[in-house]
Amino acid sequence: MAAEPGGGTLAPPGAVAAPARGRGRHVPWIPIGIIALFVTAAALAPLVSPGDPYAQSLRNRFKPPVWDQRGTWAHPLGTDRLGRDMLARILYGARVSLAVGALAVLLASSVGAAVGLVAGYYGGRVDAALMRITDATLSFPVILLALILAVTVGPSFLNVVIAISVILWARYARVIRGEVLTLMQLDFIAQARIAGAGAWRIITRHLAPNTLNTLVVLITLQVGYVIIVEAALSFLGAGIPPPTPAWGSMIAEGRDFVTSAWWVSFLPGLAIMLVVLAFNLLGDWLRDTLDPKLRQL
Amino acid sequence: MGPAVVDVRDLQTHIVTRWGTLKAVDGVSFTVAEGETLGIVGESGSGKSMTCLSIVRLVPRGAARIVGGQILLDGEDLLTKSDTEMQQIRGRKVAMILQDPMSSLNPVFSVGMQVREPVAMYHRLRGRALTERAVELLASVRIPSPGARLRAFPHQLSGGMRQRVVGAMAIAAPPRLLIADEPTTSLDLTIQMQYLGLLKELQERHRLAMIFVTHDLGIVARICDRVAVMYGGRIVEIGPVRRIFKSPAHPYTRALLDAIPRLGARRDRLTTIEGQPPDLVALPPGCAFTPRCPHAVERCRREAPAESVVGPEHATRCWLNGPA
Amino acid sequence: MLRFVSFRLLQSLIALALLTVVVFVLARTTGDPLHMILPMSATEEDYANARRYLGLDRPYVEQYLSFVGRAVTGDFGTSIRARRPVSELLRERLPNSLRLAVFAMTVSLAMAFPLGVLAAVNKGNGIDRAAQVIAVLGQSLPSFWVAIILVEFVAGRWQWLPAGGSDGFTSYVLPGFTLGWFVVAGLMRLLRSGMLEVLDSEYVKLARIKGVAEYRVIWLHALKNALIPVVTFAGIYFSILVTTAIVVETVFAWPGLGRLAYDGITSRDFPVIQAVVLTTAAIVAVVNLGVDLLYAFIDPRIRYAR
Repeated sequence: MAAEPGGGTLAPPGAVAAPARGRGRHVPWIPIGIIALFVTAAALAPLVSPGDPYAQSLRNRFKPPVWDQRGTWAHPLGTDRLGRDMLARILYGARVSLAVGALAVLLASSVGAAVGLVAGYYGGRVDAALMRITDATLSFPVILLALILAVTVGPSFLNVVIAISVILWARYARVIRGEVLTLMQLDFIAQARIAGAGAWRIITRHLAPNTLNTLVVLITLQVGYVIIVEAALSFLGAGIPPPTPAWGSMIAEGRDFVTSAWWVSFLPGLAIMLVVLAFNLLGDWLRDTLDPKLRQL
Repeated sequence: MGPAVVDVRDLQTHIVTRWGTLKAVDGVSFTVAEGETLGIVGESGSGKSMTCLSIVRLVPRGAARIVGGQILLDGEDLLTKSDTEMQQIRGRKVAMILQDPMSSLNPVFSVGMQVREPVAMYHRLRGRALTERAVELLASVRIPSPGARLRAFPHQLSGGMRQRVVGAMAIAAPPRLLIADEPTTSLDLTIQMQYLGLLKELQERHRLAMIFVTHDLGIVARICDRVAVMYGGRIVEIGPVRRIFKSPAHPYTRALLDAIPRLGARRDRLTTIEGQPPDLVALPPGCAFTPRCPHAVERCRREAPAESVVGPEHATRCWLNGPA
Repeated sequence: MLRFVSFRLLQSLIALALLTVVVFVLARTTGDPLHMILPMSATEEDYANARRYLGLDRPYVEQYLSFVGRAVTGDFGTSIRARRPVSELLRERLPNSLRLAVFAMTVSLAMAFPLGVLAAVNKGNGIDRAAQVIAVLGQSLPSFWVAIILVEFVAGRWQWLPAGGSDGFTSYVLPGFTLGWFVVAGLMRLLRSGMLEVLDSEYVKLARIKGVAEYRVIWLHALKNALIPVVTFAGIYFSILVTTAIVVETVFAWPGLGRLAYDGITSRDFPVIQAVVLTTAAIVAVVNLGVDLLYAFIDPRIRYAR
């Protein structure tokens, strides 16, 4: 019917309609720019950093940022309780956050996608068993596990990545399995079977490529969450051990001085917010563009 | 026939899209009298459904808008009514049955709630009286054991039953005008026939004016008194069913009739006419049917044909029949 | 219906059983707790005695079985650090955590409902954008950072509200808001997309055609359908909330389970760790079960199909 092209919602009583807006959201250049900026900063931290993030200078403790009248260009974002340069520490901190985010998400997504593909393809008992494990994992608080690992094996970069991935894979498994179940109903899988394709071939050649969009969207949306979890762990002292600069531990270190030196806690938090916000906005856009039915993630 | 219940005059409804403004309804006029059934036939995109939605003023928000004309219901122009007034008119004076019974009932509410709702609104009934009236309504659309059905949920009913429930809600007032937008398209043939019989019966009982939208000329022959043939947002021919079947004036109507398989076999959708339905965004200045018309002449391309009367109550928009 | 519930119940029990194994193994690998509780000057004999006293000298399988056996009856042993029964600690802390969680969930629902529905109804315009910004911000802000800033300004400089503690209702506001805001984004999105889908449906069209008032169309006919995806995901959001609570409780010094877990882990107090992890998992399981029931209640297709 002629009503379809607009596809809008039905009008409330007698709405005199405005002209339809152009559909399709614009490419989110600002989030992409922010992510690119932080990635570059993290990669080139030794080159762009104004100084050594570890260099202490007790004479220069709690120097405010440059826009404060007591601030100097020597430390554009001020210094912390040990006189270390905030800008340098934030730049180096980006390395930690982004590396944990990327590694944990890649690890979790590959394991999760594999489990989801296998469970969805074989169905039956394999599916039931894998999904029980998935459910059990989902109900386990990430932070508790990371805390346990931190005190068991000691806090370290690797442990944070492992702790997060060990829980996070379950989300991917759930979503990918759902996707595979739908795909399995379609004719092209039956056709591939009739053509004599084996399980491995169907999974890798037919199912996996068709779940790629979903995977990309989910990965983007999860990077932000992982960065927040890492920061929370570092904040609790169970993440990246000091003196390595990590945004979460920087916030924790500045916590007791918020009243007198707000920037020590505030600025790393701002950095987290910017990066996570950028990833979330990019993920939202990807989802709307690549895979609208994923709206519910 | 009695006086006109609804009198649509020069209705214009436009849809704004990325590609341009689309004249979905372009100067449509017709009347329907008490107890009379007007069939509206046409291909998908011919403007049938838009015409109906315009009458209840529920064209898709953000995309479509009624830009001109008058819709007189018992002499009052619906296009000048406020939103609240319009809300009071919907259901009470004008009811509508939608195409797909599977999706037109709300899945999370019981049949009882959905049937009681309009009854409570229109008649201010409550409690036992309300339930009794709801049961009566379900019984009047011949739903077996209507009392028990009130507790059922839509997914527990068949398509035919659901469409009966929708019919029951539509006559709850009862309204003056009933618009049925392809109500039987998704039903099985036997259920379809039963439902048409039921609609006819309800119409006679309540003296409803009825607009019946369909692409099925067989149904038109069964239940309509008059028929309007729409093409490219315009009515290209309108007249009594008998006359139109016997002596169609517009080449498009003729093509439609020729497309009906003989001997009462089930008719297919009206896609058997050669050529593509018109692109409503890029309509030619003249007659929209020109590209597909076997009789088109130069004038058809340049000028839109005016309405010409070709018989009693029978008019068409085609240069072949018009004044030279 | 009964089959559906018992099936879900069984599922939760299996998940919990799996967890007890994981927890037990993890807790035993957290290093020797005796290093933490015995003084530096303790002799070998002191260690042996303490080990026997705490039952740590028995085989692992035996320790596990007795742990499960006692856990079922609510006995989680004695806290190594506090030297008090863990069940007693739980009784003290659990209600605090539950109250905070319920308050936070209420906050997030109270924010998510109007935001999600208004955003959908005003799709594409300023209200929609604003609602989405509020929601996505909540998801992008580290909750502990928000907590620090709120404590500094609202509780510290302006002295409007207490920074946690137990001064009645007002002490719930800051931690509850911090915790609740984090999950608003997800809930709001579910509602918005659900509403958009439902507002486009034929049954909403029919409701309008019946002459149902617009507010009723939106808040009754459409919303009840849009609730289905929200309820489906409510369990997941609740477990995110529980996780976040550990951090938020620490910042606000909230005497709840999260704080107990944090203290328990830093002092390798494994009876406490076991108890907290299992209690948390049990709560999540119970909430999930409740969610399933609610789901069946809202969607008659589920209620009658199983």
